[in-house]
Amino acid sequence: MLYREAGQFKASYAEDSQIFPIRQDKIGFWVLMLVFGLAVPLLANQYWLKAILIPVLIFSLAAIGLNILTGYAGQLSLGSAAFMAVGAFAAYNFILRIEGMPFLVALVLAGVTAALVGILFGLPSLRIKGFYLAVATLAAQFFIVWALVKFPWFSNNSSSGVVTAQDVTILGYTFATPEAKYILTFLIVAFMALLAKNMVRSSTGRAWMAVRDMDVAAQVIGFRLMRTKLLAFAVSSFYCGVAGALYAYTYIGTVEPEGFNLDLSFKILFMIIIGGVGSIMGSFLGAAFIVLLPIFLDNFIPMIFGDALGAGFVSNFQLIVFGGLIIFFLIVEPHGLARLWQIAKEKLRLWPFPH
Amino acid sequence: MQFFIEVLVGGLLSGVMYALVALGFVLIYKASGVFNFAQGAMVFFAALTFVGFQEVLPGWLGLEAGSGVVFWLAFLLAFIAMILLGTATERIVLRPLVNQPHITLFMATIGLTYVVEGLAQMTWGANVRGLDLGIVDEPIAWLMDNYEIGVSKFDLFAAGVAASLVALLALLFQYTKVGRALRAVADDHQAALSIGIPLQTIWRVVWAVAGFVALVAGMIWGARNGVQFALTFTALKALPVLILGGFTSVPGAIVGGLIIGASEKLAEVYVGPFVGGGIEGWFPYMLALAFLLFRPEGLFGEKHIDRV
Amino acid sequence: MKLKKTVLLGAVIAGLLGSSLASANEEQFIGLPSYRVGPYAAGGSGLFGGWIDYMQLVNERDGGVNGVKLTWEECETEYNNARGVECYERLKKKGSTGNSVFQPVSTGITYSVLEKVPQDKIPMVTIGYGRTDAADGRVFPWVFPMITTYWSQASAIVNFMGQKEGGMDKLKGKKIGLLYHDSAYGKESHAIMDKLAAKHGFEVIKIAVAHPGNEQQSQWLQIRQAKPDYVVLWGWGVMNPTAIKAAAKTGFPREKLIGVWWSGAEEDTIPAGPAAKGFIAAGFNVAGANYPVIADIKKHVYGKNKGNMEDKTRVGSVYYNRGVVHGIITVEAIRKAQEKFGKGKALTGEQVRWGFENLNLDDARLKALGATGFLPPLKITCADHEGPGKVKFQQWDGNQWKVITDWVDSDRPLVRGMIEESAAAYAKEKGIKPRDCSKEG
Repeated sequence: MLYREAGQFKASYAEDSQIFPIRQDKIGFWVLMLVFGLAVPLLANQYWLKAILIPVLIFSLAAIGLNILTGYAGQLSLGSAAFMAVGAFAAYNFILRIEGMPFLVALVLAGVTAALVGILFGLPSLRIKGFYLAVATLAAQFFIVWALVKFPWFSNNSSSGVVTAQDVTILGYTFATPEAKYILTFLIVAFMALLAKNMVRSSTGRAWMAVRDMDVAAQVIGFRLMRTKLLAFAVSSFYCGVAGALYAYTYIGTVEPEGFNLDLSFKILFMIIIGGVGSIMGSFLGAAFIVLLPIFLDNFIPMIFGDALGAGFVSNFQLIVFGGLIIFFLIVEPHGLARLWQIAKEKLRLWPFPH
Repeated sequence: MQFFIEVLVGGLLSGVMYALVALGFVLIYKASGVFNFAQGAMVFFAALTFVGFQEVLPGWLGLEAGSGVVFWLAFLLAFIAMILLGTATERIVLRPLVNQPHITLFMATIGLTYVVEGLAQMTWGANVRGLDLGIVDEPIAWLMDNYEIGVSKFDLFAAGVAASLVALLALLFQYTKVGRALRAVADDHQAALSIGIPLQTIWRVVWAVAGFVALVAGMIWGARNGVQFALTFTALKALPVLILGGFTSVPGAIVGGLIIGASEKLAEVYVGPFVGGGIEGWFPYMLALAFLLFRPEGLFGEKHIDRV
Repeated sequence: MKLKKTVLLGAVIAGLLGSSLASANEEQFIGLPSYRVGPYAAGGSGLFGGWIDYMQLVNERDGGVNGVKLTWEECETEYNNARGVECYERLKKKGSTGNSVFQPVSTGITYSVLEKVPQDKIPMVTIGYGRTDAADGRVFPWVFPMITTYWSQASAIVNFMGQKEGGMDKLKGKKIGLLYHDSAYGKESHAIMDKLAAKHGFEVIKIAVAHPGNEQQSQWLQIRQAKPDYVVLWGWGVMNPTAIKAAAKTGFPREKLIGVWWSGAEEDTIPAGPAAKGFIAAGFNVAGANYPVIADIKKHVYGKNKGNMEDKTRVGSVYYNRGVVHGIITVEAIRKAQEKFGKGKALTGEQVRWGFENLNLDDARLKALGATGFLPPLKITCADHEGPGKVKFQQWDGNQWKVITDWVDSDRPLVRGMIEESAAAYAKEKGIKPRDCSKEG
């Protein structure tokens, strides 16, 4: 009833091509921004901020990165975590080695470093496709983590290869409390998500989708494959790199290369599959789902079974349910949570008079 | 020179072990186009089920522990378990997902990985177990004494098993009705369906055969390193073999395994020391990657021509 | 139906929000981040089983610590850093006085919460893993890498080799292979081994094994070619049995293969079968069930069918006993803290921290606990958060671990010097002013 677009007329191209063409969406978006930007940090407790909301935001950003590459440009990658590692270690080294390096600049540079590495590992995509490419991206995953452990320069000669993120200071203000860190993360992620949303709606995004749908055809009608694919790798790695830097600076604090392992890459891939391939919104939904599900199961399953079954049983059962739910979701809605969201919106548009 | 030969032979034999795991991937990919990431978990599940039955059977049936009867009975039961697992997978996971994009199927098999891992440890516990196949992992004395080249008896045994397995699979594919149907399905699903080949039955057979391969691979790897969760990591050793050999080729898996095994060992020994060692984790992937740049569909993969 | 679901969901979320009910009077809560699935579940189930069984023993036999019952809750981390952080935050506020102590049992999680524990005033105890230079309590007041650290262990292993050779001077000119897990954990061994090599005049041959280490053909061929006198196995998980098997394959004597404490459990030798016979490993706790404390657990805990282990034969295994050591240290620190802050009272994390810092498990106390020889006598001070730095060596006889030495000391001045140097560098980098220990009470 409230969600009606009747009476909203588009009088110019600019109006027609805005991100939220429907007024209610626009309002909804700003309400969401206000809730998550202001209300949440004021109301949520430390546990939610530190252990759930900040990681969800950071993983959403990484998922957006992977979604650009896999969802929009159609290049399957299993190495996202490695690019996060590049970002984290690059940010650490930029701040450590350049006196007075502002945090935000370091963040951008970390992203750029990851993008350069991404281009390097994206080169094979010009020849290789599908699962061959996916397995080939594992080369990036293993090589990057190996290099970060192996060469002590990356971790400033720390005896164990572990680095501790410096304080986050912007214009003299140090982001120390969870609330401050959350707001910083939120602003960066929101900005980059909007940027991504605009990018995929632009000619760049359309080029990616053309390559995804059929690269030979795209080439025939004049898209330059090399430029398009490598740009996708670069942008995707940039996003992952920034996510990695945030992971180190606003979330974990002290990071080791092995933390960015294959499991994390898979988790990010899950996020986009569950959330919705080729959807920015889906990246957020997917990240929230994958972060929250194991925590929910960890609380919920012992509640049902109690202590009767032994801790080993409960842990394994959680794993089975986690895997099972993923399969279930893939079967029920292969297009992910974003698709459900869309269906809900369609329904809402007609409600309460569907005919 | 003698050291070089030793490294080379050791590498080739390790490659056979990788190929054993890779075979399972190839079978399923060939028949159903599913890149089954759960193959590693299946190796673990199969080996753990085998060892688990070996432990409990003597108590249940009053048989002598470690006897041949127990061994073969446990083998049979583990194989049945793999058939059940394959059938269940086909029914519950693959059938509803038919016609979905490859990536969705791939993700489903990662979900399946968690289920299988959890199931294995829930049923049999988290304990690490040894597995003794009765073949000692020691160098052959004659070669050692005369040429100072260490070649393990066990590795040769594993190579023998792999060879017989491939021979068996070849016979199955070439000379049985099911095998012919399998090849038809692998060639063209639609065409196979249209001449009345029951696709779902074929898929179940393929998963059962892949389960059998997983069981054999699990027993060999388990005898070598113990039956434990880490058996799932064998999948990571098999992936570069796959892309090198091609996803769809059984001989490709074997040849790819040999190439990967030999070159990774040679690289670790001769290049490793200059960069600090431990390069075996990524070197095979890089090698396969470099190789793919020249042949994007792998050594024996089917050449795919894109048409607009 | 839908309503019911919503209510249920709401209840769960409310529970998550951490508004845990105020518990009945005087219970001490201990949060246990555990891992019972995944590649390290075998060790995890033993360790957490032993730990929980010991706390159960204290509750059953003594009625708690001076009447304060111990309560605990497990939180599955899957050995994953992000999950570990979530567990830390979730467990932090549980119980009437919050979590008393956080023991991550994973170096990765240790690093992930290292900077959080001082803010939340919860002590972190890392027994046999974690950040080595945190042993300098002046820089790391909230972190306790207790009993011994990786660096002390490396030094003790070299001392043990010296013993076997008949004097430290005999090590001169020897070759020692270092087969390490190629990760942050494995690299911890490098600096200390280099220092020791320079001091005693032996040569270290470092050989990396890529994770997970289920293939070591080339590494052992390299070892065979270099012909070292000893090989130190600095491994983890499947890397250990694989290394033992490969040693047998290349004919390297197992008596010369010396494992660290994460390489020396039944989980590492049983899969290797007969090849493991003769293999030696260090341990800050020993294996075996013939200690009074284990006998008490069997009687009071398993006797009442309240044991945590599904497989009771593993009671007395290396990982199980290591869990008991975790339990003993946790409980004794709480007891010590009660002496200062009031017997029979539930304590805050900050108060328990004082207990850890003033922990003194001398021979008499260990005897009273029924754990003489089970773990080394332990004394923690404000400056020294490590304690004895001693290990015993055990040898696998084909069926079980046999203790073959008394507590072997490490080169304390050398290790302590390295710890202080590293901690000072950290303090400088982070702008921390080290505590003045003469002013601590």
